[in-house]
Amino acid sequence: MYEIGLRMLFGERAKYAMLVSGVCFATILMTQGLALFFGILGFSYATATNIRAPIWVVDPMVQQVGDNQPLRDTDVDRVRSVPGVAWAAPLFVGGAQAKLLGGGATQPVTLIGLDTSTLAGAPTRIIKGDILDLRTGQGVIVDARFIEMMQQTRGERLAVGDVFEMNDRRAQIVGIASVAQGMGGATYVFTTFDRAKDYVPSQRKMMTHVLVAASEGVAVPPVLAAIKAQTGLQALTEAQFKRMSANWMLRNSPIPYVVGLIVGIGFVIGLGVSGQTFYTFVLENSRHLGALKAMGASDLKITLMIVTQAAIVGFVGFGIGVGVMSLFFSILPEGRAPLILLWQIPLIVFAAITLICMAAAVVSVWRVSKIEPAIVFRG
Amino acid sequence: MTFDVINEETAIDVRGVGKSFSNGDQSTLVLRGVDFSVRRGEVMFIVGPSGCGKTTLLSILCGTLRADHGEVHALGMPLHAIPQPEVTQFRSKNVGFIFQQFNLLPTLTAAENVAVPLLIQGVPLAEAVKRASRMLASVGISEKSGERPNRLSGGQQQRVAIARALVHEPPIVVCDEPTSALDSASGHQIMKLLSEVARDASRSVIVVSHDPRIYGYADRIAEMEDGRILRVGESRHHVLN
Ligand SMILES: Nc1ncnc2c1ncn2[C@@H]1O[C@H](COP(=O)(O)OP(=O)(O)O)[C@@H](O)[C@H]1O
Ligand SMILES: [Mg+2]
Repeated sequence: MYEIGLRMLFGERAKYAMLVSGVCFATILMTQGLALFFGILGFSYATATNIRAPIWVVDPMVQQVGDNQPLRDTDVDRVRSVPGVAWAAPLFVGGAQAKLLGGGATQPVTLIGLDTSTLAGAPTRIIKGDILDLRTGQGVIVDARFIEMMQQTRGERLAVGDVFEMNDRRAQIVGIASVAQGMGGATYVFTTFDRAKDYVPSQRKMMTHVLVAASEGVAVPPVLAAIKAQTGLQALTEAQFKRMSANWMLRNSPIPYVVGLIVGIGFVIGLGVSGQTFYTFVLENSRHLGALKAMGASDLKITLMIVTQAAIVGFVGFGIGVGVMSLFFSILPEGRAPLILLWQIPLIVFAAITLICMAAAVVSVWRVSKIEPAIVFRG
Repeated sequence: MTFDVINEETAIDVRGVGKSFSNGDQSTLVLRGVDFSVRRGEVMFIVGPSGCGKTTLLSILCGTLRADHGEVHALGMPLHAIPQPEVTQFRSKNVGFIFQQFNLLPTLTAAENVAVPLLIQGVPLAEAVKRASRMLASVGISEKSGERPNRLSGGQQQRVAIARALVHEPPIVVCDEPTSALDSASGHQIMKLLSEVARDASRSVIVVSHDPRIYGYADRIAEMEDGRILRVGESRHHVLN
């Protein structure tokens, strides 16, 4: 019996293409909306991605990765003395202004001061140069975006060895790192904790974070609790820090609305256009379905036929949509657009498409169940 | 009360059947107590003016429509009393349909269309199409078996429909105005074909028509008027009248 359903579906090419493209379009919209959602969240906690540390210790008032509240210099020693802590290193994160020697516009950067002796938390993907050169003279490591941004100010393309200024102090590029891009377009400049002081207007307290690792074989949660109890500071794993930050964004930024709108439109288009087209397709076939009923096709068989048709339309449309999106993501320059195609996204979209197709099938089946087999005798 | 015995000879027996349709708050009485029976092996015509209830009666006696009251026994099954799914199953096994508008599925080939009753019964596609092709040969258009209906003439489409009605060898074949969408010559060819291939000692063929030119193909004719059977007679009487 289902063969008849397949012939009905594939037999009318134009209608079949319409059905599939509706689902495909909905898939694309929802996938891109969700990728944007996770992409923006990823941008919002990029600093916690770019600096590698198992445990982050911050001021108790901090609610998100971008909030760099100063700590006291003594806090790093207090953290170090907590049982179960293997090492603890100071970190500075703050805004600075970069400009080319001899004037020109300034560009905002996120300045990272890594612990001078250990370079704890240093970026792991160095495209050019050597991270250890950070310790030499005026050495800084910049990210690839920084080169582009500075080129926009005066048309010169900086390279390793070139010099620029922050806070009227010279900084020499000793390497280029590949890092995740942050919110607001600011790029990353890495230096040592000691020299970071030079690159920002003077401030009393420099340390914003303490990066920590628990000793090997020690469970992390008790260490977090111990740090909190002994220092009164907030101690979070990298994942907790990011999640806290993401939650803050969800509560306080317009992202959920923007993305909700895109995903919602995708769903509504899917339901409205594909669902409606499918329902119309079934309605247009109601005479034939009536004939099948008259000839003795049971309601169950007709239902299976319609569900099969809806499932095929859903699978094919979803498949093409996801294919198109993967292709699109593969040609996007890495890290530039706030789009992350997590593996969970296709699953979520698949669930939504399934919902749409089943809704269309259920309404259609209900409508077809109202068809009297006797209508086939009517002209 | 009539005392017609439902015997081996009777395929369908309709007793006191009434049916009305309601359109909003208006209700039309379409069948007003019909008593009627069809024997095995005969070609029975139901004739009468348009709107007198022929199609409604045909629908009820083959089980696509339920009567409001009265009894319908077909092949010993009380169609008026058994649940709908059983009636549906009864139709799939026992009834072949020929419709006025052919009602072939436009996206299926002729052979696949003929195979539909077998597919409904769960016969695998390959075997169903094989049997369908044999059936198409016996209605004389085996060369069209791979064509879609829109590539066939009206007469050819109705041949496909006849093949479809017979492919599962049903004991009952119902035809509603089988020639009214055809010109007179094709109409005669179709009726000739139908009486040749459908006629069988154990099969009842019921034809609804208001086209007097084909009444000659009937064994018996039931005349209807205004929701009632006026009389049932041998076809010869009609042809003579
Ligand atoms: N489903 C229906 N709803 C309302 N009225 C109907 C329906 N089917 C048939 N009728 C009415 O019943 C009467 C008999 O119809 P029908 O059995 O088709 O007559 P015939 O086949 O003899 O022309 C007509 O007046 C027709 O309008
Ligand atoms: Mg009629």
